[in-house]
Amino acid sequence: MSMGAAGILLPTLPAFSRTITAEELMEPGLDVSIKKRLADAALNAATSKGAMYADVRIGRYLNQYVMTREDKVQNIINTESFGVGVRVIANGCWGFAAIGDTQSEEAVARTAERAVAFAKAHAKLLKKPVQLAPQKGFGEVSWKTPVQKHSFEIPVKEKTDLLLAVNGAAMANGADFVNSVLFMINEQKYFASTDGSYIDQDVHRIWPNFTVTAVDKASGLMATRDSLSAPMGRSYDYLQTAPPDRLTGVTTRYNKGYDMLEDATAAAKQARLKLKAKTVEAGKYDLVLDPSHTYLTIHESVGHATELDRVLGYEANLAGTSFATIDKWQSKNFNYGSKEVNFFADKTQPGSLGDVGWDDEGVKTKQWDIIKDGILVNYQAIRDQVHILGETESQGCCYADSWSTVQFQRMANISLAPGKERLTVDEMIKDVKKGIYIIGDGSYSIDQQRYNFQFGGQLFYEIKDGQIAGMLRDVAYQSNTQEFWNSCVKVCDERDFRLGGTFFDGKGQPAQINSVSHGSSTARFNGVNVLNTSRKI
Amino acid sequence: MAIISQEEAKKILDKVLSFSKADEMSVSLNGGRTSNIRYALNSVSSGGEFDNMSLLISAGIGKRLGSATVNEFSDQAIERTVRRAEEIARLAPENSEYMPMIGPQKYLDTPTFSENTAKMDSEYRAQVAFDSVAPCMEKNLSAAGFLQDSTGFSAIANSKGLFGYNKATSVDFSVTVRTADAKGSGYVTRDFNDIAKLNAADTTQIAMQKAMASTSARAIEPGKYTVILEPTAMSTLLQSMMSGMDTRLADEGRSFLSKKGGGTRLGEKLIDERITIYSDPTNPDAPSEPFSGDGRRGFAAINFLGGGGVGDGRPQEKVTWFDKGVVKNMSYSRFWADKKGVKAIPPPTGFIMQGGNQSLADMIKSTERGILVTRLWYVRMVDPKTLLQTGLTRDGTFYIENGQIKFPVKNFRFNESAVIVLNNVESLGRPIRMNGNMIPPVKARDFTFTSLSDAI
Repeated sequence: MSMGAAGILLPTLPAFSRTITAEELMEPGLDVSIKKRLADAALNAATSKGAMYADVRIGRYLNQYVMTREDKVQNIINTESFGVGVRVIANGCWGFAAIGDTQSEEAVARTAERAVAFAKAHAKLLKKPVQLAPQKGFGEVSWKTPVQKHSFEIPVKEKTDLLLAVNGAAMANGADFVNSVLFMINEQKYFASTDGSYIDQDVHRIWPNFTVTAVDKASGLMATRDSLSAPMGRSYDYLQTAPPDRLTGVTTRYNKGYDMLEDATAAAKQARLKLKAKTVEAGKYDLVLDPSHTYLTIHESVGHATELDRVLGYEANLAGTSFATIDKWQSKNFNYGSKEVNFFADKTQPGSLGDVGWDDEGVKTKQWDIIKDGILVNYQAIRDQVHILGETESQGCCYADSWSTVQFQRMANISLAPGKERLTVDEMIKDVKKGIYIIGDGSYSIDQQRYNFQFGGQLFYEIKDGQIAGMLRDVAYQSNTQEFWNSCVKVCDERDFRLGGTFFDGKGQPAQINSVSHGSSTARFNGVNVLNTSRKI
Repeated sequence: MAIISQEEAKKILDKVLSFSKADEMSVSLNGGRTSNIRYALNSVSSGGEFDNMSLLISAGIGKRLGSATVNEFSDQAIERTVRRAEEIARLAPENSEYMPMIGPQKYLDTPTFSENTAKMDSEYRAQVAFDSVAPCMEKNLSAAGFLQDSTGFSAIANSKGLFGYNKATSVDFSVTVRTADAKGSGYVTRDFNDIAKLNAADTTQIAMQKAMASTSARAIEPGKYTVILEPTAMSTLLQSMMSGMDTRLADEGRSFLSKKGGGTRLGEKLIDERITIYSDPTNPDAPSEPFSGDGRRGFAAINFLGGGGVGDGRPQEKVTWFDKGVVKNMSYSRFWADKKGVKAIPPPTGFIMQGGNQSLADMIKSTERGILVTRLWYVRMVDPKTLLQTGLTRDGTFYIENGQIKFPVKNFRFNESAVIVLNNVESLGRPIRMNGNMIPPVKARDFTFTSLSDAI
């Protein structure tokens, strides 16, 4: 499920984080030699208590959230969370324990022993011992998100000035209310395991976001328009790409650079237009979906459905299972989508939220196919599951959102490959007789096996006989995953390929978040069921 | 993690305040342990434990607020952190909506702590999981469940003489049981403050029965049906309504409580006259914290649109939100209440929806034609102005005819508003605790199912 796609939701801060000054965000973390000593203390303590495998994550998680509404800075939150999580296999069973704010080898060793004790207590309930795919050690290595402009180097004043200017532009162009926010994240993660890896990684992410609201008190109507930005595995340079990497058309959309001021200006005008837009007539329409919208449909109907832990039943109690069962994969002829539909997983996509060098169990990241010419060909897996697919090496999908939480299978970037034939958005729209062009993400919901879904959006344009005929409101479409992807008749070419993504994908018990991107080019789906969502209370 | 007593906590908080050079200062001390065990496919899949204790210090200088945290309690460490909070305050932008801290308050005694829960260990948790899994294995069913318990305390104080202390424990248990052929699925969830109230074996039986009874579900046409929403389902549907009682949002014209033409619907009859919903932190079955915003929670979950207060320590009292269908009270940030010259009622931390005396069986018996819904899933807002939400039924959906459950039906997607459901009420059953609230099963007519799902 995605937890941050519609409107601005302030996430809960990372567990046990402490507030710090903006300057402290720039202070270096522990020296790598100290981290190695702590890691070895944990690994040695675990193995001496009988663990057959152990890994340790020493994490320093830095966040800066800047939040404003209209002409007010509401809050600036700088946080740091530092601690050590130890995971072990003892008596064939996983165990985990974590400790915050320590540089004591003794304390870390005791934590490792607690993890072993947990594993042994829980092993009594174990049916089958954990089967871990072999993984060679990489020795002492490191990886870093390519950063041109470090977010934490930019003075806070420059950020509040930007957001207040964004709000000002929205208010001047017809907004009644505007909330804007900058989320900036730096994960400094050190991983070590009994396989002989010592991996130091420095990961950056950013999400500029706003919601503009227009209200018509007389009619009681309200319309909102959210930012068309994407959260990125980037730093402040996403906001400073010059010239802005934009696509013009019925509204301006963004690729590798984002102009927040320009988008807020357009958003305010569009929110006012939405108040007067025609309410949609329910029925079947051909949908033309912009990547800023499609990412969420991909996330829910392909991303989650092809997570192997869900397929196997490990998430049955909350997130659910999956319709994309092993027998469908084994058949080699399960038509997940039409021949136009190719999905690939990629943990190395530059600028994406999932881009890292190694995953959180020391596996080198890579790219692989999930759906090829419409056929389901693979899943997303981690070390303790991949043998089920007959493979000997994990695909590198393991992630934990904090040092205090245990790592498990999380979604890789899953993208719809661009069409092979040259095709622009305008050319695509020209062929549509009765359709709706949808831009931006809105309300979203899907069942626990990923069959039936419903999605809204930010902007809906009616297409009549190949022409944009004006704005619609109250639009949501409902479909079934297999039926929907089989109704995909065309995908624009790679010139239109853009990333969308979610900062707050939730899964697991206790719930953890994950950030993941999904790329696509604009795509067309024929004969999709559209509802009218207007109600009176 | 030892629970620090009220006296010890007060000593630490007084020490913090004695170092203050700010115009005003608030401080909260929170500590505790959270532990869990997770199982799937009848086998343990993960488990862990985290401890934490920390002090959050907020310094107010003029209309600026700065916060800093620390988890060491030496005089030097505390003083250093006080200075840091003051420094952050000086660097912070001025907040034109800053409200001065409140003075001493009287807080209710709330029965939120249980010694039984505080004593739980990993062996105990493994036994709970075993009690849940064992009966499933006997019947060739597959269980996936989760047990989480926490034990903690929170203490708050400020330089105006406010002090509050509360200890709390909680237990959350849920299990999904599936048939071996994956054609049936059932679910049950329970939460308590006292682990002694949880009988994992008996509770799991409910999910087992639903799983076995829901195999080979038939497809029936989507449309408008009379539904019986079990408390698990009703709780999900009510969440957005009860967390949306903020006056400012309504005044701004962007809430279901906004009035056409301006203002709010306070005092209007919005839902059926049989519906009364109130909050009461002293409720023995569903107690909640006696103060709002314990500091840490305040900065972790500020209501972004509603502009909640940072650890303002307002007392949680008994408040009636809907009285016989009439909007009786709405919540306020202190800033908005001050602007309007009214009492700043904080949003509730838990709520109690009054029910009737009927059992679920009675409600089924009196239904001519309808759908029994166990659980709602992936419920998301479609339109905040009408509270229209979409989502799906899950883990046990049954067709009722002439007072009897006839057969399981395929899951549905719905598009419906809690306000419309509460206007279409036919009858209410006995409330049970659900997610910290008390919720009855609700029978309502004309519930809108818009499509079918193949999900099991």
